[in-house]
Amino acid sequence: MKKLSARRRHPLAALVVLLFALAATGGLYTAFAPAGEAKAEKQESSKSLAIEEGKKLYATGCSSCHGTGGQGTSDGPSLVGVGAAAVDFQVGTGRMPAQQPGAQVPRKKNIYSQDEINQLAAYVASLGSGPSQPTKEMYDPSGADVARGGELFRTNCSQCHNFTGEGGALTHGKFAPDLGDVDEKHIYEAMQTGPQNMPSFTDGALPEKDKRDIVAYVKEVNSDKSESPGGFKLGGFGPVSEGMFAWIFGLGAMIAVAVWVAARTAKAKKS
Amino acid sequence: MSTATEAHGSAAAEGKKKAPAGERVADWADGRLGIYSLAKANMRKIFPDHWSFMLGEVALYSFIIIILTGVYLTLFFHPSMNEVEYHGAYTPMHGVRMSEAYASTLDISFDVRGGLLVRQIHHWAALIFLAAMFVHMMRVFFTGAFRKPREVNWVFGFLLFALGMFTGFTGYSLPDDLLSGTGVRFMEGAILSVPIVGTYLSMFLFGGEFPGDDFVARFYSIHILLLPGIMLGLLVAHLILVFYHKHTQFAGPGRKNTNVVGMPLLPVYMAKAGGFFFLVFGVIAAIAALFSINPIWVLGPYRPDQVSTNAQPDWYMGFSEGLVRVMPGWEINAWGHTLVLGVFIPVMIIFPLVLVTIALYPFIEAWVTGDKREHHIADRPRNAPTRTAFGAAWISWYFVCLVGGGNDLWATHFHLSINAITWFVRVAFFVLPVLVFIITRRVCLGLQRKDREKVLHGRETGTIKRLPHGEFVEIHEPLSQEQLHTLTAHDQYQPVEIGPRTDENGVERKISRGQKLRARLSKGYYGESGQIPKPTREEYREIESSHGHH
Repeated sequence: MKKLSARRRHPLAALVVLLFALAATGGLYTAFAPAGEAKAEKQESSKSLAIEEGKKLYATGCSSCHGTGGQGTSDGPSLVGVGAAAVDFQVGTGRMPAQQPGAQVPRKKNIYSQDEINQLAAYVASLGSGPSQPTKEMYDPSGADVARGGELFRTNCSQCHNFTGEGGALTHGKFAPDLGDVDEKHIYEAMQTGPQNMPSFTDGALPEKDKRDIVAYVKEVNSDKSESPGGFKLGGFGPVSEGMFAWIFGLGAMIAVAVWVAARTAKAKKS
Repeated sequence: MSTATEAHGSAAAEGKKKAPAGERVADWADGRLGIYSLAKANMRKIFPDHWSFMLGEVALYSFIIIILTGVYLTLFFHPSMNEVEYHGAYTPMHGVRMSEAYASTLDISFDVRGGLLVRQIHHWAALIFLAAMFVHMMRVFFTGAFRKPREVNWVFGFLLFALGMFTGFTGYSLPDDLLSGTGVRFMEGAILSVPIVGTYLSMFLFGGEFPGDDFVARFYSIHILLLPGIMLGLLVAHLILVFYHKHTQFAGPGRKNTNVVGMPLLPVYMAKAGGFFFLVFGVIAAIAALFSINPIWVLGPYRPDQVSTNAQPDWYMGFSEGLVRVMPGWEINAWGHTLVLGVFIPVMIIFPLVLVTIALYPFIEAWVTGDKREHHIADRPRNAPTRTAFGAAWISWYFVCLVGGGNDLWATHFHLSINAITWFVRVAFFVLPVLVFIITRRVCLGLQRKDREKVLHGRETGTIKRLPHGEFVEIHEPLSQEQLHTLTAHDQYQPVEIGPRTDENGVERKISRGQKLRARLSKGYYGESGQIPKPTREEYREIESSHGHH
């Protein structure tokens, strides 16, 4: 003991203590979480496999614009830090890979399977941390507060997407798309990541619950199942489509009726 | 009168055989209201028959429908801006705080029996009412039915249209939903843009800062009492004048400026008009039952911090929306005050200008022609090329503004840039009316030439004949006397002459600027470039007599 005590001011003493402490913590961790360790390792290996696969997909489909390492080029932005959610949204809705440059990349048919999208997402997520894909319970509309979602939607979304998410025009040919048949997950991811001209609504600005309420509202008022108590919606664009309808079909019908009535008149008998 | 009394006396004497019930009621009413003499004077009133003469009726009937449905809506609507929490039948709005006006509109839509249908009939009828007034006004315009003695009635009709716009706007604002609230905010902005008094006017109208809690109640009394009351009075005056002036008719054999050819008011016209009312009601009801209009339940209650895209007024206010949307956002800042030209010019100057231009036209034309005669024969649009061109140009002007008002929907539906549309409207606002004017005038002149050709050379039969020497000719068939009359019945004015610049003594005459302008306009209207001389009797005879030489 004396020997130890004598060397306690040795320059390397602190290092030795640190080593002991690290060994103890590591030991304790292995003792208390042995199963997790193995699982994490397995996950780690499958994750790296996904990243590998994703990298190949990336090289084929994305690298021509976003650069071989996701660093971005003059044709496409850097993907470092955009996160898995952005990839899932962009590829899942068919926007990426883009067909051609233009004011805005439109939605089109998605040709990737969900597994491939996940691999791509894993690769892009490995480039830098960003929002990850939401889980089902985060965007599941059942049980969410639709009325609150409506208020949030009108505060944050309707100025571009219209009252019920029918879409609207932005400057120079850009537009806020129709949310009619967009997947719940993709609506959620769009809020998380802010694709193209859309601002991103981080969890700090718009907490998870609020996003779920908004998704529920959009699904309530603008999906195949949503009711329209007044009859056909005429697109749901408000007074412009209503006015056009009143002119073409309303007044058109009136004129047709007037012509019909005027043509059927009591005629003086010709002898 | 006396015979009626006698008949009564004899009936009483007979004791048993009474006159039929209807006759007795009529007698009773005649003794108090004098309906027999009224009926005698008016029952045989003649109305000419043409489908375009029924456009005004469409407007009249939709106005009646609006009043009927409007009364029903007032039974359930609460014109109050008190804040309440909604707990009605529409679950996606549960727990949302809103004004009583909005909540009661939701109740009308979901809890009142037939409420939604009546609301939709009311709103569709309003859109069709304004559209019908518009086309009715255009019918009157293009047929020259605004000429003496009908100028005052033209102004009444114009006022009905303008008041209809504002009645519609106040009605659109009542539910206090996010869309209408944005519209009211737009109007407040327009009022604020008025120099010096703008802020005072706004404070006066809204009872303080926007939105306050007064405007729904105020708009309510304007919408259901003030404006419809004035409109009803104007409408009655409008109809009395139609009765008094008698209806115009198109030229034709037997139709003169001094007669009216058509069907008598009773029974034919009354039966047709009555039936037509139900047809109009039926069409509007069918549209209202099938097509949603202003679904306020998805629009949400108005909150000044919220806004949506597609926030546009109903179509009749759309041209003012367009004017503001395409106007550059100019403003002048001086001495601590801001003059917002970007709003003031379009809403406070051009908006009234567009409307007043068409309202004043009859007086301008009367001044140019100097014609003091009465006109009861409607013009064919082609026979007044300059007027027709002016009307077409005005319509194009109006519709260009409407395109500007819906620029976002043009952009999304035709995949265009909204900026490009805005620039198109800016240019077209100035250029398109001119182009339309020139083109329409040329089309009218072309049609006049065609009429002239038809009168002088007959109708093209499409039958080709080969002459003995090999020439091919198309056989023209002469028109009937009736057709010849119809095509040549119209008057043609001669341009006004100012006369020589100097009088007989060589002294320069005093010619006012007004006279010079009038002469120039008259030359434009009726000079060589303004009309094709209609065939004269001599020309016709000459060609007739030479027909054998073909």
